[in-house]
Amino acid sequence: MLKQILFSLSLLMTLGIFAYSFKRYYLFFKLTKPFEIKDFGNRFKIMMNVAFGQKKILRKPVVGLIHALVFWGFLVITIGSIEMVIDGLFGTERVLSFLGGFYSFIVASGDIMAAFIALAMLIFLYRRIFGKVKRFDGIEMTHKSHMDANIALSIILFLMISLIGMNTFYVAEKLSSNEAVLGVYPVSESLAGLVTSMSYSGLYIGHEINWWAHILLIFFFANYLPYSKHFHVYSSIPNVLFSRLEPLGQLYNMESITKEVKLMMDPDAAFADPPAEEEGEIEKFGVKDIEDVSWKNYLDSLACTQCGRCTDVCPANITGKKLSPRKIVMNVRSRMDEKGPGLIKNGADFSDGKSLLGDYISPEELWACTTCNACAQECPVNINQPSMIIDMRRYLVMEESSAPTELNNIFQNIENNGAPWQYSQDDRMKWAEDLFTNA
Amino acid sequence: METKDKVKIEVPIYSQLHANGNAPEYLFWVGSAGAFDDRYTKVTRDFVKILHHLGISYGVLGVEESDSGDAARRAGNEMLFQMQAMMNIEVMNAYEVKKIITCDPHDFNTLKNEYPDYDGKYEVWHHSQFLEMMLEEGKLKLSKKALAGKKITFHDPCYLGRGNKEYEAPRKVLDSLAENRVEMKRSKSFALCCGAGGAQMFKEAEKGNKEVNMERMEDVTETKCDIVVTGCPFCMTMLTDGIKFSEQEETMKNMDLAELVALELGL
Repeated sequence: MLKQILFSLSLLMTLGIFAYSFKRYYLFFKLTKPFEIKDFGNRFKIMMNVAFGQKKILRKPVVGLIHALVFWGFLVITIGSIEMVIDGLFGTERVLSFLGGFYSFIVASGDIMAAFIALAMLIFLYRRIFGKVKRFDGIEMTHKSHMDANIALSIILFLMISLIGMNTFYVAEKLSSNEAVLGVYPVSESLAGLVTSMSYSGLYIGHEINWWAHILLIFFFANYLPYSKHFHVYSSIPNVLFSRLEPLGQLYNMESITKEVKLMMDPDAAFADPPAEEEGEIEKFGVKDIEDVSWKNYLDSLACTQCGRCTDVCPANITGKKLSPRKIVMNVRSRMDEKGPGLIKNGADFSDGKSLLGDYISPEELWACTTCNACAQECPVNINQPSMIIDMRRYLVMEESSAPTELNNIFQNIENNGAPWQYSQDDRMKWAEDLFTNA
Repeated sequence: METKDKVKIEVPIYSQLHANGNAPEYLFWVGSAGAFDDRYTKVTRDFVKILHHLGISYGVLGVEESDSGDAARRAGNEMLFQMQAMMNIEVMNAYEVKKIITCDPHDFNTLKNEYPDYDGKYEVWHHSQFLEMMLEEGKLKLSKKALAGKKITFHDPCYLGRGNKEYEAPRKVLDSLAENRVEMKRSKSFALCCGAGGAQMFKEAEKGNKEVNMERMEDVTETKCDIVVTGCPFCMTMLTDGIKFSEQEETMKNMDLAELVALELGL
């Protein structure tokens, strides 16, 4: 009974903190701009493929496969965690074991995967600390970012160790009291031999310690995630579900501009459709600060786990330019952390004298992008970095008229003679002069 | 090559065709680079020769075509882009254009994916896709004479490849032209940009330690190819420069897919 009370209290505390974090993000999302989502049939397919199938992370086959196995392992282990919560609340023991063969399958896979994940965490930690993986570095990768990664990996390592410990003592305890072992535990059964010499109470305590360590680590991890780059454990699946469906080459239309251009091109429309409807705030073109980004851009930033695959393939970054797509995504999240609370408290007019474009992201970074979409192609969770870059370029050009001189020249040329170069429109057919072919 | 009779091509222009009550099947969208970039006008001319060879019913807009607005849009000038788009769409819709072919993957992407937002809905083909269709239909017959003994490689344009997931069409055409086609270490969806997209073509690069086209040239050089094949005016500028700056002009050429087809057909 005492165990149930203690467990209920820790669960309640966990849920309380979780609700606080959830509300904080909910309020942050409310600050962002709308973004339309359609075609859930197609989205579901992408989610199965990219999230559950881990299709894009497998573009790097070796380390991708390790990640995919960790992810799939997590899925089966989560079923076991749900069982632990039920057991903890109601004082039951391995309550889902009534599922029989299916139960054995789940716990056996969980047991094997736990051992594998523990090994994977050691590999990942080694890669991060001793391996010279270029994409784990960069100006945006602060000491804090590295610590965050190592803490998350270590928590998962200890989660797996405690899970195997729990299973091992469970099996040993049952064997020593000649009771039936519920479920199958390929790894823990072989480890149980190491502890069977202990007394029954020793085995009991060993099981309790590991059980509590495991569940409390889960509770801690669940509340650590919302403040970590490892938030992708929650946010990447929804982010993939809300992936853009359009071809990567396509840019989103700006409806507000379409209205203006139509008015310009058709003088009659100005009288037929007076723009009196849209009162209030004059719409800003493009993105300057965090309240200008769409909720999808913000979700992208929360789904980013800073793996750096985007920056690793960015032609600008490879050739030493300042642009790093990962930095752009990380900046969106940090800027919300910084300005979001003020906006919530003081309303939309709140200013802290800083902005995303300018204080976090420089025009130099934005102008280095070739819009080649290598970053978006590579992102395992379908983040769309180029759309953020273009939205900030839109602000620079249309609100501040601050494009690089050469680009202002091509704008002028296109406007005046319909081509980026200074050729006369009348010469558009010059290429066809004296064109002969062999009959 | 044996001497043949030269025939002059009069490129059909929509305004004239329309006046005579003719509506061609395809609009050949020349694009700003196709019309004005010195090197790329050669590709435009070769592609037109192919269209004539195949007996395709087509027309061009001539002076009624204006810049697609692709570069302006990617440079952040949405206003200018939309003006260009609506202007072009007005012209094309007046001529009831249904199908478009273009040699420029940037314009291909913009016309195909972005013009529909302003009622410009067309079936758009990149010339590599069109040539592949002609091969499939048996109208285009190619042999491997002109490129015998040559090693070639294909550089994926971002806006054809990653941008629109077309990796196979150019490769299929090339495989019916050459025995020896090799892939670069970064190819298809992993391909490295030439450095000119997103309006970079028109400006100096930001400060760095290398030019993007020179980084890409390393992939090209590694293949030891005789010809690096492109399907984009900007890629062509960047890689032609790349060959020049890496001092490989003696041993390596940069050619467009259409030029290779025209060469093989002896047009």
